[in-house]
Formats: sequence, C-alpha cells, structure tokens
Amino acid sequence: MSNFARPFFAAVSITAAVAAATPVYAASEADFSAAYAAAEAANKQAGALRNQWTTTGIALAAAKKAAAEGNFDAAVAASKEAEALAKASIYQANEQKDAWREMEIK
Amino acid sequence: MRSAIRFALGIIAAAALVGPVSAAETPNPPADAAAFKKFFTDKFPKVKLEDFVNGPYSMDEGLYRQWREKEQFPPYEFAVETGKEMFTKPFKNGKSYADCFPNQGIGVRQDYPYFDTKTGKVVTLELALNQCREANGEPPFSYVKDEMAALTAYMAFTSRGKPFDIKIPDDPRALEAYENGKRYFYTRRGQLNFSCATCHVQSPGERIRAEVLAPALGILNAMPIYRSEWSGMGTTSRRFTTCNSQIRAVPLNPQDDEYRDLEYYLSYVSNGLPISGPGARP
Repeated sequence: MSNFARPFFAAVSITAAVAAATPVYAASEADFSAAYAAAEAANKQAGALRNQWTTTGIALAAAKKAAAEGNFDAAVAASKEAEALAKASIYQANEQKDAWREMEIK
Repeated sequence: MRSAIRFALGIIAAAALVGPVSAAETPNPPADAAAFKKFFTDKFPKVKLEDFVNGPYSMDEGLYRQWREKEQFPPYEFAVETGKEMFTKPFKNGKSYADCFPNQGIGVRQDYPYFDTKTGKVVTLELALNQCREANGEPPFSYVKDEMAALTAYMAFTSRGKPFDIKIPDDPRALEAYENGKRYFYTRRGQLNFSCATCHVQSPGERIRAEVLAPALGILNAMPIYRSEWSGMGTTSRRFTTCNSQIRAVPLNPQDDEYRDLEYYLSYVSNGLPISGPGARP
C-alpha cells in the first residue's frame, strides 16, 4: 500500500465507524403531523381547483397507516410524497387554465 | 416623425393584443361542430359520418364484424326490458315518468341535454329522470348504473335513428355552459396528464392496452352502454367518472356542473348524428 493510500483508508474506516455508531435519525410524531398537515393543505387547494389526483389520496392514506403503526419515518416520507403530488396537481390546474386551447380542434 | 412611429407601433400592439385573442375566444358553437366533424371525417375518410356513433367498431373491421354478431343477442337487451317496465309503472302517487317528459318520454333522447333558462343550468336525461322522481315523491336513483342505466337504455331505444338536436338558446349562460364543457373536454388532468381529447381526439382507433379507443364524435349517441369490462350497464355519468379515475384524477360527483356542461358540449358537436343507444362496448 502506498504512503498516500494508508492514511486515506484509515480516514474512510474512521468515518464508517463513526457513521455506524451514530443512531439513525428517526422521525417523530410531531414531524409526521407537520408533514401530513402540509400535504393535506396542498391537496385541499387542489380540491378547490377541482383537480385532485387519486395518487395523492393513496399517499395520504399510506402516511396515516404508517403513523398508526408507529413508523414515523415512512409516515413522513409518504406525507412528503403526497404533498409533492398535490403541488403538481395544483401546477397542472393553473397551467391548463390557458394551455387547454392548444389541443382544441379548430 | 417620432409620433407617427409611436402611433404605428401602438396600432400594431393593439392589433396584436385584440386580433388573435378575440378571434380565439369568441365562442362559435356551429363553427366548432363543423370543425369537429371535419377533423374526424378527414382522419377516417373511409368511415361514414353516421357510423362514428358505433365507437371503436367503426375504427376496426374485425371488431365491427364481432359487433354485428353480438347485436343478434345484444347484452343490453335486459336493460331495455327492465327500463320499459320501470318507465311504465306508475309512482305511488299514480303519476309516471311519461308525465314529466315531452311526448310522454318516447323518442326524446336526442333533445337531451338541454339548457334550462329558468335555472340557468344544463339538464341531462339522467338528471331529468331523477328530478321527475323527486317531484313525485320518489327517492333518486344512483346516476351511474342499474336502474338509471335501464331507464335511459329504454328511452334511448325509443329514440334510435333520431339525430342529436341539441340547442343553445340565446342566453349568455347557455354559451358559457357550452364553453365550460369544451374547456373541460380539452383540459389535461390527473397524474397521467390526459385530457378527454388525448384519447378520443388524438388517438381514436389506437389501442390502449386491449381496448380500441372510440372517437369523440358520436361518443354519447350510444349511451348508455353495456361494457364487458364492467360486466354490466353504465350511464354517461359512469363513463365520465371512470375515465377520470383511469387517468388518476379524482372524479367529480355525477351530475356536477362540469360533467353536465361536458355532456352539453359533446352532444352539441355531434348534432345530426343518429342516436344509437343503448350500445355495447368491449
């Protein structure tokens, strides 16, 4: 092993050991509540635009189920997915207010 | 000189602003209907105008042959019989559906939906049937299948061959309802980012999984329909809501304004094409 490689591998090993020893961050119920509320608010806005997506509802249901099982990491992840989907549906509804005419038969 | 240039630029700017926008946004239903028919007859020059009401069967020779055989013992026959029984059976108050419709409800399908100038709303046949029930003290039916499908199947059957005759009265609200329906038809929605037109204007005759997509022209003339996919009958409301679900959009409630306006638009642009309902579809 070269003089350069030895300290490099040592550094990598130390970093890996530290990473393994550090507990993985677990989301809390409060994290879930905040993420879920944000997703629900975005989906409500999509509803006001008459443009909710079924997949948003599926992600919201998955978030609730994971939270009920105490898996707040999964619950937060699903909430964030739901929020992203809801925001995409809002964008679509706003963009289509004028863009629908592009497809019109004239 | 400078003021002349400014004046000319002003004219150009004004023309650019006013010209194309006003032309594009001035509703002209007769021109829409003519353009709609031209689009489909140009796209499918071998299909006769009146055959578009046969949906996917007009697009595919093999399917057309299968359909002709199926029509010997059509799967909607039971619905027509049930609908006739229901239609003629009096309500508890002694009146019947016939009392709610022009010509006692026989041969009138082609006039629905219509714009009601009293309420300022579009009235579909399904809605008119439930309004009739409620006016006579009967509970409304579900809009999507079973009894409603049977009643509309019978009423369509008595109207077969009569051309769609949808009218837009001289009322700005009627024109607005028509425009709303048109906008709904062309607006992309759902996670799949599809509009009604994506399938039924851009892709009729193409396959989506095992199904051949129907052309939008004449698509409502065959309603209600027996669908093998549903293993039963379905109304126009059922068709609209399931289309929305399939593109991952949350469906609206049957007979919400958007769906009624959509039916108004789609029926109007098919004016002149014969009623062929009830129909059968794969």
